[in-house]
Amino acid sequence: MLDGAVSESRYARHHILPEIGKTGQDRLGAARVLVVGAGGLGAPVLLYLAAAGVGHIGIADDDVVSLSNLQRQVLHSTSWLDQPKTYSALERLHDLNPGIDIATYPFRVGEAQAASLVHRYDLVIDCTDNLDGRYVLNRACVKARVPLLSGAISGWEGQIGLYDPVHGGPCFACVFPEVQKQRPIQTKGVVGALPGVVGATMALNAIKHIAGAGASLRGKLMLFDTLWNEQSVLNVARDGTCPVCGDIHFREKREC
Amino acid sequence: MAVYDVVYFAWVRERIGLPREQVESTATHVTDLVRELTAREPRYAAAFADPSAIRVALDQDLSHFDATLDGVREVAFFPPMTGG
Repeated sequence: MLDGAVSESRYARHHILPEIGKTGQDRLGAARVLVVGAGGLGAPVLLYLAAAGVGHIGIADDDVVSLSNLQRQVLHSTSWLDQPKTYSALERLHDLNPGIDIATYPFRVGEAQAASLVHRYDLVIDCTDNLDGRYVLNRACVKARVPLLSGAISGWEGQIGLYDPVHGGPCFACVFPEVQKQRPIQTKGVVGALPGVVGATMALNAIKHIAGAGASLRGKLMLFDTLWNEQSVLNVARDGTCPVCGDIHFREKREC
Repeated sequence: MAVYDVVYFAWVRERIGLPREQVESTATHVTDLVRELTAREPRYAAAFADPSAIRVALDQDLSHFDATLDGVREVAFFPPMTGG
């Protein structure tokens, strides 16, 4: 088949969806999305974005595939044990959709790496497993004026927010102000299907954001409690005194 | 005396041991409600030991611990989650 025919067939169910259509599919194909963390949340996010035809995907993760990951990180397989998650992800996504570009960053994204990476992307998706990493990504995204779709899970629960202060919503630090204290990384239990629910919802909202479909998650925080079937969508506003994004509009004017 | 639907998420819910309850209270502000809950039992005191780690939403709007409860029906307490 010719490339056009392949694309027509692969994305047929998007093309006939009024909220996406060929225009939305073209936007997905032109989009550059950086996914930080190829673990529990990163697995469904990467699989669904690659399947949806997001044209350029960056994958950052410094970890290797462990046996205890496979109960929930469905992107990886037993045959990839002890190998870098970025390589396992690259192979799986190439097999799923050879028509997209994928860049791998097999290192931990600290301040310097975040600053050099995020400005190359249209959207950054936070699938990290620690709060410090989330603050690092938030600061870099605010500075580079790139929206940040951030998700987190623990036990049976999850949270998702789209932080895009350039367009009036809050940044991550407006909603969860940074508290200077020791935060030991706790290894907690997590039910295997939970990152599927939360990660697929993140992928769905990334697709909506890129295609311009439906209601944005900007200014909202979704909370899921899958054990007790509680779900809330909270309204979250920018904090004008936020040390991270408080002066973003001032900066915008100064730059113009 | 007002009755509030109080909702707990993540480790706040784990420490208190239930996802939601109705609370009768004379509290006028969120801080007063937290003080009343904390005085109830050690599990509430454990959940609210460090309020700087918890955010509050009043009727689904992100708010602050010093906000008034006037006219509010639902109070939700939630911390940032960290796992991925």
